[in-house]
Amino acid sequence: MMTTEAMTSATAVEVEYSDIIGVQTFGFWIYLMSDLIIFATLFATFIVLGHNYAGGPTGKELFDLRYTLGETMFLLFSTVAYGMVMLAVHAGKKKAVLIGLAVTFLLGLGFVLMEIYEFYGLVAAGHGPDRSAFLSSFFTLVGTHGTHVTFGLIWMATLIGQVAVKGLTSPVQSRLTRLSMFWHFLDIIWIGIFSIVYLMGVVL
Amino acid sequence: MSQAPIDSTGMSRGTLTSYLTGFVLALILTAIPFGFVMSGAFSPAATIFAIFSAGVVQILVHLHYFLHLDTSSAARWNVLALMFTLLILTLFVGGSLWIMWTLNYRMM
Repeated sequence: MMTTEAMTSATAVEVEYSDIIGVQTFGFWIYLMSDLIIFATLFATFIVLGHNYAGGPTGKELFDLRYTLGETMFLLFSTVAYGMVMLAVHAGKKKAVLIGLAVTFLLGLGFVLMEIYEFYGLVAAGHGPDRSAFLSSFFTLVGTHGTHVTFGLIWMATLIGQVAVKGLTSPVQSRLTRLSMFWHFLDIIWIGIFSIVYLMGVVL
Repeated sequence: MSQAPIDSTGMSRGTLTSYLTGFVLALILTAIPFGFVMSGAFSPAATIFAIFSAGVVQILVHLHYFLHLDTSSAARWNVLALMFTLLILTLFVGGSLWIMWTLNYRMM
């Protein structure tokens, strides 16, 4: 049994740790803002170069919107699944956290595999990034997003291991919170990509 | 561990209701622009308007329901940092497009 004194100091540690998590969370938010600038410049590049086809294929010829909608659903379900993970973290349910992370991981993996297959099909058909300025900027923008999602998956696999081995300790909770921000952020970037690259590419 | 240490930080609050509300809204706001483009039943101007308005609203929905940004004091610095980033972003994107389109026009 804990004495009152020990419990008080334990509470003090918890309060102190929540301050640390607050600083870490804010610092990660600042990182996300810098990442947003990177994506903004890539979006600007795509908008400037997006219609320079150099006699090659246009977006209207290349994009299958049903396929894009499939990718969008994988990522949206994945981001909501991560929301469920955070609810389980708050409730302290370790097993639910692990199941939720596994579901989120598989949905995210589905998105990445769909994108790799799409890129592979384009390059195999001779529509690689070297074909035109449109395709260069397309691969750079969409590929940068896909790389982010891939690193998010590596991070998530690491955290599945940490939750399983260490349990929901304060540092692990802090990392889970930051990954949730990263994951939701990437879904927001994807809204910009399917709107500007795919939908506008088919309309214009 | 009844009281999780992350409870007192600004970024992590959410309830099942808020996540599900955000999810349903996001589904609708994804279906609208895809429906406009895939049906092909609307004029290009109306379609472009639908894509951009649904996109902007969906981004706001995600920021509110998934990243829990609001006007509370806990999220204030996050919102301020976002506002500043949006200012920089407008300069970068708007400035680049302005320069490149003017350049394109003058090189014609």
